[in-house]
Amino acid sequence: MIHLETIMRADSVQTAPQVCMHCEEPICAQVCPADAIKKTPDGIVQSSLKPRCIGCSNCVLACPFGVPKYRVEINQMMKCDMCYDRTSIGKRPMCATVCPSGALTYTTREDIERTRQGLAIRNWQFGDEAVRTKVNVLVPRSVERIDVGVEQLGVTHTDRYDVAALLAGD
Amino acid sequence: MAKLPVDVVVLVDQFGPRLNRIPATGWNADIEPDRLVKTHCCFCGQQCGIQLKVKGNRVIGFEPWEDFPFNQGRLCPKGVKRYMQDEHPDRLKSPLMRKEGTGFVPVSWEEAMDKVASEICRIQQTFGNDAFALIGGASLTNEKAYLMGKFARVAVRTANIDYNGRLCMVSAGVASKKVFGLDRSANPWSDIPKAKVILAAGSNVAECSPITTHYFWQARENGAKIIILDPRMTPIARNADLYIPVRSGGDIGVFNGMLNVMIERGWIDRAFLAQHTTGWEQVEEIVRTYTPEYASKVAGVPASMIVRAAEIWGPAETSFLLHARGLEHHSKGVQNCMAAMNLVLATGRIGREGCGYAMITGQGNGQGGREHGQKCDQLPGGRDIENPEHRKYVAGIWGVPEESIPKKGLTFVPILEAIHAGKIKGMLSICCNPMVSLPNTSWVREALEKLEFYCTIDFFLSEAGRYADVVLAGSLMEEDEGTTTNVEGRVIHHRKAVDPPADALVDWKIICDLAARLGAGDKFSYNSPAQIFEELRVASKGGPNDYYGITWERIDHEQGVFWPCPSLDHPGTPRLYEGGRFAHPDGKAHMQPVEWRPAAEEPDVDYPVILTTGRVVSQYLSGSQTRRIGALVDQYPQPLCEIHPLLAKRFGINEGDFVKVESRRGSVIVRAAVVKTIRPDTVFVPYHWPLERAANNMTVRDIDPMSNIPEYKICAVRVSKAPEPEDSISELEVQAGGIR
Repeated sequence: MIHLETIMRADSVQTAPQVCMHCEEPICAQVCPADAIKKTPDGIVQSSLKPRCIGCSNCVLACPFGVPKYRVEINQMMKCDMCYDRTSIGKRPMCATVCPSGALTYTTREDIERTRQGLAIRNWQFGDEAVRTKVNVLVPRSVERIDVGVEQLGVTHTDRYDVAALLAGD
Repeated sequence: MAKLPVDVVVLVDQFGPRLNRIPATGWNADIEPDRLVKTHCCFCGQQCGIQLKVKGNRVIGFEPWEDFPFNQGRLCPKGVKRYMQDEHPDRLKSPLMRKEGTGFVPVSWEEAMDKVASEICRIQQTFGNDAFALIGGASLTNEKAYLMGKFARVAVRTANIDYNGRLCMVSAGVASKKVFGLDRSANPWSDIPKAKVILAAGSNVAECSPITTHYFWQARENGAKIIILDPRMTPIARNADLYIPVRSGGDIGVFNGMLNVMIERGWIDRAFLAQHTTGWEQVEEIVRTYTPEYASKVAGVPASMIVRAAEIWGPAETSFLLHARGLEHHSKGVQNCMAAMNLVLATGRIGREGCGYAMITGQGNGQGGREHGQKCDQLPGGRDIENPEHRKYVAGIWGVPEESIPKKGLTFVPILEAIHAGKIKGMLSICCNPMVSLPNTSWVREALEKLEFYCTIDFFLSEAGRYADVVLAGSLMEEDEGTTTNVEGRVIHHRKAVDPPADALVDWKIICDLAARLGAGDKFSYNSPAQIFEELRVASKGGPNDYYGITWERIDHEQGVFWPCPSLDHPGTPRLYEGGRFAHPDGKAHMQPVEWRPAAEEPDVDYPVILTTGRVVSQYLSGSQTRRIGALVDQYPQPLCEIHPLLAKRFGINEGDFVKVESRRGSVIVRAAVVKTIRPDTVFVPYHWPLERAANNMTVRDIDPMSNIPEYKICAVRVSKAPEPEDSISELEVQAGGIR
């Protein structure tokens, strides 16, 4: 249920894996007309309940992170549930277990502070909307909150990774 | 033999590649496996630990093996989806024999093996023993690699055995033996996070050895600086402290140029050089001519980058240098590696914690597979087939007269040259798909068509297998048991999970049966791979690659054992060269002066662009396995030509256009990916696909004179817009060589 996004392949090889952020106040659950999305006491926002989901895609449109996807073959939304079958019995989610670069990791805040130079934060601002998530991202120490703006696909570019520009260096 | 028995479209229809998307028992969360088998990935040299879920005689899934120290549960897409090879519709379940006009028909083992044995005898009686060649592979276990070497010298009695690692690790191997005295990574991967500077040349770490990425990032969290050399900005290069977009084949400019600056600034450990090496004087003489300005011309990068690299590498307290095929796949591959080794030795930073050197072995058993005799010049334990004492020792183990062991034979590309010249008439290959992985595909096809007899042992019908007279249904890694040796030199244990399906057989039984039919049954009367390993231990004893102290039990208890391990109470040797003691008889490292020279084929007026070839993370080698797994093909379905916008503009090419990439030897038509993340004088095409999509249609068959590795990483091409292909090949599915 994880989405691996290539940001702007023409300009960069950068990728961003998008897991469900397990928001403290999940917008997907709030907008669901069928009350099909539940959050368990441990803060994990579950995928849609099959007996309830009507496949309306409200959650797909509402999630600021673009996480829920409508699956036409089952007429139901599916999304990451933090591998609840694993995490509920003390295992780690599969994505973080197998990630070969450690970009995805499931561990304590103390372990992050001990082993990583970045800062783990979970506060987001989407325009006027403040979102607090269970999942953290690592950011430079100077960053307190991630302000998410809007970029137009195909218009935003960077030359930062242009090999021709690097070669012209001297 | 001769042309294909029937049109390739018919063969694809019968034998695939088809995509498997569903596990053996379906997507069913309620099915509990009977057992979890702790084993290792069947793909690359990282040899990640993994557990396979087994129900009955079927592999139905996987579970990470978090306790195996090398990868701690980490994997990559290939390892995660590996089990989709089991219960695959394309799986060969019985031997096949070529039938003109039909394709291939199933036959009994008796008929198939009779045919193979009688053809070997006929060809050898008519044309001489060496007229029959054997090709082994670097994904074979140590047991099977050993078996192939013995099979060649004792049963078939041909000098001409070589293996597909010839296309992979031999440049690093020759260089390492020449300089350090041993062919192995010098350090365990656990030394990487302790290095303050990491330099990686010609290695797309994130895609080709993904687990190694985490080691680099751990070093970075500890404050390390990372230097990457690559004509493309790969994912590891994007995050490097210094990314050097070296021109393909220009690395010597960087290494020699760095040494030039280091000499000037006093960053040379002269005490170490005096005490522990020979040859520095010759090296210094040459690198003094590689001023930053000259080095910059050789490397194709600004001089300031080379100076900056020296400023980072020179004064570092600890450092680790790694390289992979980008450095080695050259007609000067050995020299490229030796120049890199000079950088290590000049600082004395080797043989202690956080100070090291490694070649990142690519194939699953690329390390072990190059140690125990399936190379034309090698005997078990890394012994030398031309050394009288080595021959005598091994002859004693095998129970044969020393004179009966052939002398050194031909390597892989020369074997094909000999086929063209009419000197080799028959071939048997295992674990190899030369129609995708050898350079200059049209020349390879002509060779296969020229053979009077060709037999392959495989579990799918590969593109090369389509040219076979007999195809023997062999085993997947999970259907056999044995050891491999990972990138570090750690010997590990692949446990058997299931039996081969239907009438497929484990590979080692096929070889032993053939040996018996050739009259050598008494020398191949093994009951299990465990027995083969017992013999391998003794055969390697006292050799440079000493496995004598290693047992399967020790491997299981100690999470792998690093060779050399000369006795059962020896702990194994994770780190080599401690105390500056190298593996030559004089105990010193033998530094070699290296002068740059051009590639066999540089760009010119008619073919003005450099083609470099490589890989993607979701595919493995010739794709015979991974192009049959749905999720992996979905991830990167068809080869693209990466081209910089400046170069694309010259030829009027836009993103997504069909383009013809053409060399003097052949061409592909693929879609263009217009990206800034590559040198503007270079295009890149990944090589995992066949037929009209095969990057090796274009590559040269020139080889390094010392290692005989082909020069995959540079040849001259022209690039032009092409009309949308409409031939029967292009209409195949993408995993079979079609285009979308």
